[in-house]
Amino acid sequence: MLNGTAEEHGLGRAIVRALHLDLLLLGGVALLLAMGFVVLYSASGENLDTLYRQGVRVGIAFTILMVMAQISAHHLRQWSPWVYAAGVLLLLAVMFFGEVGKGAQRWLDLGVVRFQPSEFMKIAVPMVVAWYFADRPLPPRFVEVVAAGLLVLVPSVLIAKQPDLGTALLVAGSGLVIIFLAGVRWRILMGLGALAMVAAPVLWHFMQDYQRRRVLTLLNPESDPLGAGYHIIQSKIAIGSGGLYGKGWLNGTQSQLEFLPERSTDFIFAVYAEEFGLMGILLLLALYLLVILRGLTIALRAQDTYSRLLAGSLSFTFFVYVFVNTGMVVGLLPVVGVPLPLFSYGGTSMVTLMAAFGILMSINSHRRLLAR
Amino acid sequence: MSSRQPIKNHHLEQRLFLARVITLGVIIVLLFGLVGVRLTQLQVLNHSHFSTLSQSNRVRLEALPPPRGLIYDRNGVVLAENRPAYQLEVTLEQVENLQDTLDRLSALLDLESAEIERFRRSLRGKRPFQAVPLKLNLTDEELANFAVNRHLFPGVDVQARVARHYPHGDALAHVIGYVGRIDERELARIDTRRYAGTSHIGKLGIERYYEDQLHGQVGFQKVEVNAQGRMLRVLEREPPAPGRDLVLSLDVRLQAVAQEALDGMAGAIVAMDPRNGEVLAMVSMPTFDPNLFVHGIPARTFQELRNNRRQPLFNRALSGQYPPGSTLKMLVGLAGLEHGVIRADRQMFAAGYYTLPNDTRRYRDWRRYGHGWVDLDKAITQSSDVYFYDMSYRLGIDRMSEFLGRFGVGEATGIDSTGERRGLLPSREWKRGAQGMPWFPGETLITAIGQGYMLATPMQMASISSTLAMRGQRVRPHLLRGMLGEDGEELHVAEPEFLSPVQVSRAEHWGQVLTPMEHVMHRSNGTAYQSAGRDAPYRIAGKTGTSQVFGLADDEEYDEATVAKHLRDHALFIGFAPADEPRIAIAVLVENGGSGGRVAAPVARKVMDYFMLEMTP
Repeated sequence: MLNGTAEEHGLGRAIVRALHLDLLLLGGVALLLAMGFVVLYSASGENLDTLYRQGVRVGIAFTILMVMAQISAHHLRQWSPWVYAAGVLLLLAVMFFGEVGKGAQRWLDLGVVRFQPSEFMKIAVPMVVAWYFADRPLPPRFVEVVAAGLLVLVPSVLIAKQPDLGTALLVAGSGLVIIFLAGVRWRILMGLGALAMVAAPVLWHFMQDYQRRRVLTLLNPESDPLGAGYHIIQSKIAIGSGGLYGKGWLNGTQSQLEFLPERSTDFIFAVYAEEFGLMGILLLLALYLLVILRGLTIALRAQDTYSRLLAGSLSFTFFVYVFVNTGMVVGLLPVVGVPLPLFSYGGTSMVTLMAAFGILMSINSHRRLLAR
Repeated sequence: MSSRQPIKNHHLEQRLFLARVITLGVIIVLLFGLVGVRLTQLQVLNHSHFSTLSQSNRVRLEALPPPRGLIYDRNGVVLAENRPAYQLEVTLEQVENLQDTLDRLSALLDLESAEIERFRRSLRGKRPFQAVPLKLNLTDEELANFAVNRHLFPGVDVQARVARHYPHGDALAHVIGYVGRIDERELARIDTRRYAGTSHIGKLGIERYYEDQLHGQVGFQKVEVNAQGRMLRVLEREPPAPGRDLVLSLDVRLQAVAQEALDGMAGAIVAMDPRNGEVLAMVSMPTFDPNLFVHGIPARTFQELRNNRRQPLFNRALSGQYPPGSTLKMLVGLAGLEHGVIRADRQMFAAGYYTLPNDTRRYRDWRRYGHGWVDLDKAITQSSDVYFYDMSYRLGIDRMSEFLGRFGVGEATGIDSTGERRGLLPSREWKRGAQGMPWFPGETLITAIGQGYMLATPMQMASISSTLAMRGQRVRPHLLRGMLGEDGEELHVAEPEFLSPVQVSRAEHWGQVLTPMEHVMHRSNGTAYQSAGRDAPYRIAGKTGTSQVFGLADDEEYDEATVAKHLRDHALFIGFAPADEPRIAIAVLVENGGSGGRVAAPVARKVMDYFMLEMTP
């Protein structure tokens, strides 16, 4: 759709082009954000203050999207190792100087803003892995896979130690998917899979108590209906009682009467499911799928390895976000504390996501400027 | 970088990348499909299950306790009512500093440390928005005191609740009984669903006996609550059905007169309508204030009541068992007539004592030198013991016991109240069973004058009086006249329950024992003539009785002045009026009162006077 000239598609398109934006991606994201506001209004108990604060965040995040869209992939690639190194240093800083909140040490107070370096790594890790593979012949050799794996593992472990299992998994996923996209051979992949199976009990050993409980609760939520299982049980009740068409906007009893915990953050999907039913859900999932597939298309059409891998990873990470959150809310996955992208109330992840969309748009629009 | 780096093959890499992205795309679509399937499972297949769970999450069933039925006397005077009682409640989430609030309240309202302790205990497990009672049953003064200073106590409120109140206080405590907090034993007995939201239950008397009718039917309301349990709105409401209002046969004025007539003496009075069994007055003195028990009686007060030597908590009218003494002589005489042992016109010489053949023991008459020549009439009028000794000896315990049984001696009357005792009708079988001893002939004589083993409650005595008045027609005494209909208007009068009557072989036998009862009152030699019958403007039939509390040796004299008060004889009287067409039958017992003629008969006269002269039939 961006093949036409500005004269043919009118002034709007021209502006979009000039700003290096992608109309399809932007439209999907904007629609999701708009729906997010509608649901957040209901989930927050019709609190306009919450909406206002979320609006400010979206404004900031959109600005960052615009900025990122202007930076060409070429420059990003050059900065990649430095960005990554800075991120790892920040993670170490958090470990020693970070602020504690809700049982985890995630925040770094930079005076003006409080900041989660772990969020930052969601972009820094794919950047550095893409950078690592950019000039190498693909498919990568085993040594290269191990080297790339280490690049992923170090920040992931640091984040898991905070402890923030959800973000650690997302960061690890965003890096590992690049190794997959880079064309790692299936036998190496399967070998790593076997290794992961062996590593699982070891990982279990290093898990925090609350993380273990979450896994166990997932397997049998009814075992602890007032404690850890409460979230899942109430969430399933909210979703199930929504039925095919939902109870209607502002009419979800589970959320309006506060039975549903974390209803404007991690469990906002359940609020949506309760009030808009399966039909609403299918519309939402379709929109998410549209955004993800658009991202993958951009990756396919990207002109160099770095852009390709980075775009593929960012799109996939967005998917993992959606899948882990919805999977958690419907009771398929453990409660790991991943927000629903573009819906959940909260600042940091919104900024990261929009930055990623900015990068995707940049990759898409700076394509022609590069020499073939 | 490695020295043997191969050349990048852009075309191959692009194809490889395409394959991987397609793989990824397929995985993404499959996983989205998985979420979709799961959502279908939750929202379509199990929708009704989760809908039910969601309903029960937000909807709570709350009990609406029914208002308790009221109790009226026969003229519509309220005897038990529901009054607002005010209690002080604290809502924690509105209180800034609890300790400070309690300190200041204590200064204002005289809070006891026990109350604060109880308040702190009930505070646990309550949500901060729930009001917790601090002080129950505020007095008017406390209420006013707090109302003036209310603005100083945010989060502290006066709450009106409905509580049982007995406006006549101690006058009816033994009749109506009282309600109190449901205790553990009652909790095990009652249907807890019916009592959801109800804290009090009938403990004694009418309140207990008619608990089912008075309680009513509990109502329910469905309310929507949020996750903290705070009530948001009422969804559905099924109002409670109030308890039935009871109308007693009692006349509260007659009750007051009877209480007054006892003049502080310990004793009991039962007055009933012999025609239908309606109890008109039932007094047991001393008494207590039933209102004390409604709000939970302080332990100290309760101990005082319980340890009081005069036993105010003891319902003498139903639970007190006394030797009936000479009041049963008409029954014994009637037995003699029926069995042909005596004839009414035949005389015997009654000396100061009686001896059984081959026995030297003297059975003394109450009158030192006896009554001289007596027939049945004179024997009842003057209450000759020797006449009845002689007759009972010839009658024998078996026939006497059987005949007394026909009047209900030794058998509970079955009145609609609690705590009734059955008394005791001695017989050969009873003694063998209870004491493992044979019956001695001398005991027959003692039984004939209502002493020895024989025991009767004042209620039984009134019932016997009623049977005499109706010449053998027996009716079960009852306190309930009827119930008001559910509209609270129409009175459904309870049908009198007639029992198997006492039948005699010859009708004149009744007259032969009842006419002497009139002579007791109206002839100058009658035992109640001087004290009660002399100036009566209507005809009364009566019989006095004086029953021994402790035995005297056969050569000892009973001297009232020298005997300790609590060992003095009980004074008894039974009777009915008017003699020819009885409308009231009465039994009076004065504990340790001394002579039945001097003490009990005038009490009965006062009650009958009020009934006959002041009350319109």
